[in-house]
Amino acid sequence: LKLYCLSGHPTLPCNVLKFKSTTIMLDCGLDMTSTLNFLPLPLVQSPRLSRLPGWVLKDGSTFLDKELKECSGHVFVDSVPEFCLPETELLDLSTVDVILISNYHCMMALPYITEYTGFTGTVYATEPTVQIGRLLMEELVNSIERVPKAQSASMWKNKEVQRVLPAPLKDAVEVSMWRKCYTMPEVNAALSKIQLVGYSQKIELFGAVQVTPLSSGYALGSSNWIIQSHYEKVSYVSGSSLLTTHPQPMDQASLKNSDVLILTGLTQIPTANPDGMVGEFCSNLAMTVRNGGNVLVPCYPSGVIYDLLECLYQYIDSAGLSNVPFYFISPVANSSLEFSQIFAEWLCHNKQTKVYLPEPPFPHAELIQTNKLKHYPSIHGDFSNDFKQPCVVFTGHPSLRFGDVVHFMELWGKSSLNTVIFTEPDFSYLDALAPYQPLAMKCVYCPIDTRLNFIQVSKLLKEVQPLHVVCPEQYTQPPPTQSHRTDLMVDCQPPPMSYRRAEVLTLPYKRRYEKIEIMPEVSNKNGEKDGGFLLIQPNSSYCFSIKYKLPIIQRVTHILTDVILKYLFDNPISTNVSLDQR
Amino acid sequence: MMHHQLALRFLCDDGGIDVIFTLQGDPSLFVASAASQLLVHMLTFSVESETTKPLSTKDGDWPACAQMIIKHIEDSLQSSSSSHIEQSLNLLTSLFGSCCDTWTEVLWLGIAKQIESFWMEETVQAHHMLAKLLLKVAWSPVFCDTESGIWALVTSALEHLTPVQAGPLAVGIVRHYNCPQDVRIQALTVLLQPMDCILRAASQPLEYAGLLDESVSDPATVESLLSSKSSCVNLLCQTLAHLEELLSQMRFSVDLPYTSLLHSLTTILQFCNGFLRPASPLGSTISRNLINCFRVQRSALDVLAALSEKKACDTLLGSLFDVLLAYLESPNTNPTVLKKTFQATSKWLVRLRELSCSNSQWQQTEKILEDVFLVLQKRLCSPCWEVRDSSLEFLTDLIKSLRDQDEFRQSLLSSEVPRLTEDLLEDPESYVRASAVTAVGHLAFITYFAPESPATGNQYNKENTVAKLHEILSTDTEGFPRRAVISIFNKWVREGCIGQLEDTEQFVSRVIQTVKHDLDWEVRLGGLELIEVFSSQTVCRLCVLNCPYTSVSAVTGCIHQNSSLLIFCRAKVFNFLFQSLCDCDQPLGQRACDILLALRCRFYPVKTLKDSQVAEDSYAGHGIAWLQRTLRQGSLAQNILTDGGNRVDFQDPESMLLALGIIDLEELHDELNKSSDHVEKSPQSLLQDILASVGTIEENEADCY
Repeated sequence: LKLYCLSGHPTLPCNVLKFKSTTIMLDCGLDMTSTLNFLPLPLVQSPRLSRLPGWVLKDGSTFLDKELKECSGHVFVDSVPEFCLPETELLDLSTVDVILISNYHCMMALPYITEYTGFTGTVYATEPTVQIGRLLMEELVNSIERVPKAQSASMWKNKEVQRVLPAPLKDAVEVSMWRKCYTMPEVNAALSKIQLVGYSQKIELFGAVQVTPLSSGYALGSSNWIIQSHYEKVSYVSGSSLLTTHPQPMDQASLKNSDVLILTGLTQIPTANPDGMVGEFCSNLAMTVRNGGNVLVPCYPSGVIYDLLECLYQYIDSAGLSNVPFYFISPVANSSLEFSQIFAEWLCHNKQTKVYLPEPPFPHAELIQTNKLKHYPSIHGDFSNDFKQPCVVFTGHPSLRFGDVVHFMELWGKSSLNTVIFTEPDFSYLDALAPYQPLAMKCVYCPIDTRLNFIQVSKLLKEVQPLHVVCPEQYTQPPPTQSHRTDLMVDCQPPPMSYRRAEVLTLPYKRRYEKIEIMPEVSNKNGEKDGGFLLIQPNSSYCFSIKYKLPIIQRVTHILTDVILKYLFDNPISTNVSLDQR
Repeated sequence: MMHHQLALRFLCDDGGIDVIFTLQGDPSLFVASAASQLLVHMLTFSVESETTKPLSTKDGDWPACAQMIIKHIEDSLQSSSSSHIEQSLNLLTSLFGSCCDTWTEVLWLGIAKQIESFWMEETVQAHHMLAKLLLKVAWSPVFCDTESGIWALVTSALEHLTPVQAGPLAVGIVRHYNCPQDVRIQALTVLLQPMDCILRAASQPLEYAGLLDESVSDPATVESLLSSKSSCVNLLCQTLAHLEELLSQMRFSVDLPYTSLLHSLTTILQFCNGFLRPASPLGSTISRNLINCFRVQRSALDVLAALSEKKACDTLLGSLFDVLLAYLESPNTNPTVLKKTFQATSKWLVRLRELSCSNSQWQQTEKILEDVFLVLQKRLCSPCWEVRDSSLEFLTDLIKSLRDQDEFRQSLLSSEVPRLTEDLLEDPESYVRASAVTAVGHLAFITYFAPESPATGNQYNKENTVAKLHEILSTDTEGFPRRAVISIFNKWVREGCIGQLEDTEQFVSRVIQTVKHDLDWEVRLGGLELIEVFSSQTVCRLCVLNCPYTSVSAVTGCIHQNSSLLIFCRAKVFNFLFQSLCDCDQPLGQRACDILLALRCRFYPVKTLKDSQVAEDSYAGHGIAWLQRTLRQGSLAQNILTDGGNRVDFQDPESMLLALGIIDLEELHDELNKSSDHVEKSPQSLLQDILASVGTIEENEADCY
């Protein structure tokens, strides 16, 4: 039982589990924080960005001034943004049998894996995960492809050069592995390899392992996974939530009695209570609009935005904001809003019951109907005709490096009346804002992360009682900036096993039981005489690989540590049983 | 019955007392408590009525009934049954709480040893009862002597009980006027030790003086309690509640180490929001136990608010406001904690003002006020109605306390707070609308009514605000906002803010017309209060009162009297007053009657027309006879509204003067002041109940009589 850790990002995991002769990839998250090192891609020519001076070395060398630009003391790469891929060298990814996807945020690296590594297996995910994941990928590709950038920067990646660069470029890891965004054909090819699954559906892998997705309560169609053989159970807990938001609630009971629980995807802002943050979001929004300013909300086109729109639906009338237009701008805005309404079976109970009334489960339908919320594929076209201020704009990308958000940052950044409210927790808001400095507009950080916090994890672990817990190393110590907060780490007994990027863990589990199916001809085929027996040594590294040709006649189960297959002694049989050494 | 010897003897001689002993353990707490109270009465009555000389501990000296009860108490205390022990402790607590005769000392001497043995024994689980009993005994005048043996017992109890058990005893003892100094120090140690441990766990070496001398006692017990989450929270909540109780007592004369206490409180609050880096392993444990603990946060903020009244906390003001502002700003602050934070902040801002006057700390004050209004602005926009409501209450508190301070007014008016407050008059939540009305009403003292009121440029000017409040009063479907409006209007009129007499008359008239048909009796009552204020102000302004410093001639007095009557009639005051006499809600009738009586005193200072035997036909024409009859027929007469209006002209000064003089308001007053259940409380009603409960009246009537 081995775990290959291909990603160091705790909420964008990519791990490979070798279990019972199968190789299972658990998620393939894409770390997009690398894009923060690049200059934004403006939709319309930005005189400010194009006038930025090239970066000059201390010794006066200017050979990098075309690739690197300086803005308010920070240095950025002037090129198409690139992403940090999961490790591809740690093991041969063509040997991966299956990929299990937990939620749409954790599949963004899928095209890199399925289209570049010789992967021939199957990907399993729920339908909402695939559909919304497709929207996220489409938006990403669209945002980058619509602003073609002629130049490509590569000199700065030279190790010798990188050493002399200022932070954070100097400290960026494995820049040689950074890749440009995939294309839509690659996205389509990757998605075609996905097989749809439903919650609690049992999927047999080669007769050796069974995998089952469970509701994780975090997003539409988000799952945790149970991977089990007859006597071993590994639980994979990815982004999960116990809060009552729109998705189906988390299935905790099925996680009980796990031998190993792999824990990833906890909240990135453990000190921020989502309810408080939503309150903060609404308050700041109302204050800005009342003062005649505009509000910009950089966000993904799916997920928290549904909850935010629901809160605003209840709030805007009471706050006297009924006449303020809300705009949702994304190439996939329409699809996202519509998809959310049709996945009824994946929603929480309250929303499911609405469908039978029949009413749309999310109130944003009403906001659209009453013209309070309008959605557009981009700032071009109808939007420019309808645009009224003061207004609230939801648009991507949360990194502020590409997408329509770049335009609004350039447009509204100079006025202190306007506010940008960060709700997505994936990016440091200060880093995101760096290329827009100096900035007059107000910035508010209200990260809304509904994933499990450490108190909830502690309760969950007490409830499900796994024998061993494996988690990213970040969860085994307090956050670096709050070293005194010992409550902000996973607390369990025995202490969790931690992993980091590019590490291979041998999971501590020891097998105690094995299921053996014996065919009648076993003994004869192997030349055993009547009365002979097989002795399996305690803790031996042998296991049975059995080819089935005849009907099963009997099942025998023994403790491997001291097993004598007495059955063979009593019943001389022959079959094609072979002992493989692992 | 316990005022009668016969009854006492009946109970004691015929086994009734045994039944009462048994009822002490009745599953119903009401019955058990009543049985205990009855035994106390029996014991007291027995001793007081049957003894002539001072009692001793000898059995023979006590009356028979008292002997039976005392023996029962002693047997119970010595029994192995914890319920019997608890029953006797309850009985003794009631006895020492209600009886201060010297014989109680004799009784106490007989059982003191047994009581003392209880806190040495782990088997007895009634420690809180023991603490209550000791407190009652210590506070009894019989034991007030400092030489009394009770103090040794208290000392022993404070030593042996755990900090949680000893807390209630300690807080009661510290307040005792006659408590020996060493016992008081020991009790204070119990109360302050948790706070001291917090301080020491948070910073090593200690930056400020601790609360206690380390040699006073061993903190090991408290430290171990603070190490576990549930006991840590319980201990701190209890300790903080006791400290608040002490600090809130005006007459509490014991000096506590206020500065260190304040430091300890801010430390607790910082532990709770995770802002403090503890310097010791115990600190880390406490920090982990307290993070996000709302109970402790609320209790600590209560004590903090109470501490603002005490001097000698000035050095820590900067860090105190840092903590308070962190709580106010944090989106993670629970709404109930936020409310407490607002309360504490408001009290400390008042304190800050006092200090600013003396120490010229204007800059610091201005910065704090600026920060407070910035955060208040945000909180007023919260989607959580509780937060909006608390924010408005906070604003009202601030204006009440600081409205005469220039810096405060400037900071407030330069912020967005006034505009946001006015916006909340249309909040969908009625509680918030009510609080907004109160806040806007108080805000008006700064924006519109102040002599140098600035042009604020807000959407509401004075007229608009008054019109908006009128609109709420007449159209709001919920009672709370309407009550708030009438209350604010009262305040405005009381403080003379409405303007000249003519303006006030029009204002009052309009308000009365609006509220007289209000479905909420409190709103109508508010209308009567408005009349009361208005009438006394009018009379004062017209100098009807014989002011000792001005001479008013009979002629001018009469003119003023006529003028004021005319004003009241024009304002339709009498219509509402007489209508209220018949209101189905009794408090309105009472208040209306009081007002009418007060008016009559003004217009008939010497005697009434009734006394002067004015001929009936002289006032019949004015419908006064009808009015008098209607009122006399019962305050419930409803027809005043229907045909009463046709017979009496409530806007005719002459008619009203007659009405005031003739109607027997005293009689009406007495009638109205009878409690609503006076019929049900009468012996006749009791008899009817008894008859009804036993069945057929005819059969039992004679027996009952």
